[in-house]
Amino acid sequence: MNGKAGTAIRLVDCAKTFPNGTRALDKTSLEMRGGETIVFLGPSGCGKTTLLRVIAGLESPDEGGRVYFDDEDVTSQPIEHRNVGMVFQSYALFPNMNVGDNIAYGLKVHGVAPDKRARRVDEMLRMMQISELRERRITELSGGQRQRVALARAIAVQPRVLLLDEPLTALDALLRERLRIEIDVLLHSLGITAAYVTHDQGEAMAIGDRIAVMNKGAIVQTGSPREIYYKPASSFVADFIGTMNRVTGTLRGGALELPGGRIDWADQQGSGEMQVLFRPNDARIVEEAGAPLRGVVEQQFFLGDRTRLHVTGVADRTVVVETTEHREFRVGQSIGLRIEPGALLRLRD
Amino acid sequence: MRRTPYFWLQLAFTLLVCSFLLVPVFMSIVAGLTENFFVGVKSGFTTRWIGVVWELYAPTIFRSMYIALATLAVTLVVGVPAAYVLAKRPGMATRLIEEFLVLPVAIPGLAIALALIITYGGFRDFRTSWGFILVGHVLYTLPFMVRSVLAVLSSFNFQVLEESAASLGAGFWRRFFGIVLPNARSGIVAGALTVVTLSIGEFNLTWMMHTPETMTLPVGLADSYASMRLEIGSAYTLVFFIMITPLLVALQRYGVQSTRTRKGA
Ligand SMILES: Nc1ncnc2c1ncn2[C@@H]1O[C@H](COP(=O)(O)OP(=O)(O)OP(=O)(O)O)[C@@H](O)[C@H]1O
Ligand SMILES: [Mg+2]
Repeated sequence: MNGKAGTAIRLVDCAKTFPNGTRALDKTSLEMRGGETIVFLGPSGCGKTTLLRVIAGLESPDEGGRVYFDDEDVTSQPIEHRNVGMVFQSYALFPNMNVGDNIAYGLKVHGVAPDKRARRVDEMLRMMQISELRERRITELSGGQRQRVALARAIAVQPRVLLLDEPLTALDALLRERLRIEIDVLLHSLGITAAYVTHDQGEAMAIGDRIAVMNKGAIVQTGSPREIYYKPASSFVADFIGTMNRVTGTLRGGALELPGGRIDWADQQGSGEMQVLFRPNDARIVEEAGAPLRGVVEQQFFLGDRTRLHVTGVADRTVVVETTEHREFRVGQSIGLRIEPGALLRLRD
Repeated sequence: MRRTPYFWLQLAFTLLVCSFLLVPVFMSIVAGLTENFFVGVKSGFTTRWIGVVWELYAPTIFRSMYIALATLAVTLVVGVPAAYVLAKRPGMATRLIEEFLVLPVAIPGLAIALALIITYGGFRDFRTSWGFILVGHVLYTLPFMVRSVLAVLSSFNFQVLEESAASLGAGFWRRFFGIVLPNARSGIVAGALTVVTLSIGEFNLTWMMHTPETMTLPVGLADSYASMRLEIGSAYTLVFFIMITPLLVALQRYGVQSTRTRKGA
């Protein structure tokens, strides 16, 4: 229990091929700084869980792969010697023990004296605000309460790194939102290195210091949530995270010409047809008179905090525009749009 | 609630079937407690026959009990780990082994006994010891233990429980005894009761395999029916009932529980 917060983790050439021949993970190298929360985000089956299990020591990487905790090579260490905390989607609480005993389990295994153990359990229960549940059986808890117990149990032993595999997926939306904030605060107040797996991009954005987007067994981009959102490295990343408009225009005389008008783009080299991408909130709705782009509202969706419009006539296909303005739009109404060239993205693939 | 004629018809039929099964049991008990069954109940009740049974057959009763307990011990030590391994590695091989384990149940006990005698009959000391009977009983009851434990292990994700225990620093043995076994308890209890019940009542195998020195209760029963007064045989049956009924009741309770619990967590 050398509870040193902020262990750095390094994966070198870690691939994983299962005995049945499935290659779940391509050769992956990755560095996690001490105390950082990194989120592995990607569609189902892309290898997120496998990567997490390699870090945990539940799967060993294929020949040649190495895992380091700080400068220590832990590749051949089984999970029980790595001192990692794990939180599973299914909670994996021990049904044969009550809440307090679940949290105390790791401490007991580590040989912590009973009085110290009890104090630590108290502390954990208070921290997760579940003190009144101490004597409860696991089957008598709600999903949210179970997840809190699972977190408390993992943190109680002061692990070197906390690994969370879709911890909130089984909860309803409201609870998910609340626990996500709590986990975020918790991870940063503990200063613990954490790897968090999810396929929910909203969760990834909210929790990650960095996001590693995965696809088909490989990490395709790592970066801060902002970088991933505004500077996706590939169309896969662009499409996976949020909504992205993809339009084709012609570059001519320092402007991109679209069916509905033009975007001044003086510093763009080259000419001819090209595809560009932009986010819905990067298209601003402006006075129709003198607007650089014009279109017609095809559909509108009121989302509460913003309004989403599907607009035709601007480009070769319908574009999605979002505004936080309070005004109401009519279907069939003409509107003006302005897109700053800085918001436009060009991708190679 | 109005009962339909159909309900009464069903009830009558159920009672008829029950009495068909229960009357012989009752008659047998009465026979074991009457002075002279041919004269009838008016000859008076007595516990004399039970005393005779005790004198003649007490060793078979104790032998049946310790063979059952020994069978239980072996099936626990072998069957529970076997079920654990099978549950951990699902696949073709596992399926095959599972099917293979059921074979002794499907093959007539006499045939198994004969096979055992042909194979091990040459080892005189072994052949004449109760250990020989034990082997037969283990062969016959082991699948029940394995299947019962396997069913519980398959009903919840024990592997993820083990993984979380491992992440908390627990090594294999600690996980096995502290997490796997306690959570498989209902299956182990149900399996244990089945094994004990089957072993105590086992006749086919044992009849073929026994020697006068290794006679068990059911074989003794057959012996008494064949060569003693009807009252003695019936009193012996009564003794058997007294031994087996608590087991059956417990089996009913735990067996039902183990299929109902184990949800959630
Ligand atoms: N034990 C295993 N044996 C064989 N193949 C496996 C095993 N575990 C996972 N796989 C395969 O490896 C691939 C990656 O699985 P993984 O569980 O890492 O995906 P994931 O990104 O976590 O998906 P999800 O979001 O659905 O949980 C999948 O194609 C999966 O079928
Ligand atoms: Mg997964």
